[in-house]
Amino acid sequence: MAIKGWIEVDELHCKGCGLCVAACPQNVMSLDMERLTPKGYHPVHLHADGCTGCGICAIVCPDAALTVFREAKIKA
Amino acid sequence: MAIAEPKIVYQRPTSLATRVTHYCPGCTHGVAHRLIAEVLDEMELREKTIGVAPVGCSVFAYNYFDHDYVEAAHGRAPAMATGIKRMLPKNTVYTYQGDGDLASIGMAEIMHAAARGENITVVFINNAIYGMTGGQMAPTTLPGMVTTSSPGGRDIESMGYPVRMAEILSTLDGAGYVVRRSLHDPNNIRKAKKAIRLAFETQERGLGFSLVELLSSCPTNWKLSPVDALQFIEDKMIPMFPLGDYKVNPEIGKLRV
Ligand SMILES: Cc1ncc(C[n+]2csc(CCOP(=O)(O)OP(=O)(O)O)c2C)c(N)n1
Ligand code: SF4
Ligand code: SF4
Repeated sequence: MAIKGWIEVDELHCKGCGLCVAACPQNVMSLDMERLTPKGYHPVHLHADGCTGCGICAIVCPDAALTVFREAKIKA
Repeated sequence: MAIAEPKIVYQRPTSLATRVTHYCPGCTHGVAHRLIAEVLDEMELREKTIGVAPVGCSVFAYNYFDHDYVEAAHGRAPAMATGIKRMLPKNTVYTYQGDGDLASIGMAEIMHAAARGENITVVFINNAIYGMTGGQMAPTTLPGMVTTSSPGGRDIESMGYPVRMAEILSTLDGAGYVVRRSLHDPNNIRKAKKAIRLAFETQERGLGFSLVELLSSCPTNWKLSPVDALQFIEDKMIPMFPLGDYKVNPEIGKLRV
């Protein structure tokens, strides 16, 4: 399946609170239990395809830790 | 041929400083900060905005925004903002206050700033508790709610009823824009941002005192997970503190933002 959207997680700011995980309508976010941020939290990551770049995770994030991207089609 | 190029859907607002906040994970103080920063960016007000920080968990707000900020004594942010705005009327001045700060020790200051129609904006964080000092009862604590100073639950007989600040302040003639919103889900967060925008629009148009009360979580002192704390807002806080527009200057009511 083609990627339509994706996120970048700023691991300095992410506190692993999980609010984005609960809000993601595609259920493709989870805390990465294999990793720790410099502050000692498990950062969020995309664990599966299916992100549409809707931006809902960024709307609920209290730490502005997420940048959200979406593929934009440009007609050549 | 169609080629794909990334489009940024969301990025950190520039009015927010890069510093990591000391707020507990999942605390919606951070969401409120983000929304203010987004609005200041959109209205291009950052260069002329002066914030007034409270005492409470948001005591370090001045570290988290990339615009001018001063720190007030507990509850006195509206008095300090009054002085700043009167001396620098072209600047945008707002206070950021918790419910202990605004509705307890600072009750006199907020009432009179609104009654005088001071042309300032107030972002009021109602989390029904004193967060910073360890979860004591606030004037906004719900009936029956367990806090460290009401361990048996807030008893109405001896401790009285919660105060509804947006409703009270909306009765004052000096108020131009007074609403209550909530930070518990994406839809309500969008509405909260719009309200913050309209509050600043009120100030920019000189239409008097503006205040946005935001129902906000304190997962740590409510002893709930961040996700459960948002559910608590929806299930328990909104029935006591109904969301709504309590006073909207007609000129602001017509604005489309
Ligand atoms: C003059 C004075 N009295 C009392 C205190 C103790 N104190 C610090 S923060 C606070 C209440 C904070 O609660 P709130 O305004 O609801 O903010 P929150 O921490 O919940 O965000 C109190 C009573 C103080 N710092 N100064
Ligand atoms: S909402 Fe923000 S801080 Fe919380 S887990 Fe997601 S990215 Fe991290
Ligand atoms: S104590 Fe409560 S209000 Fe203060 S930062 Fe933690 S969760 Fe937020």
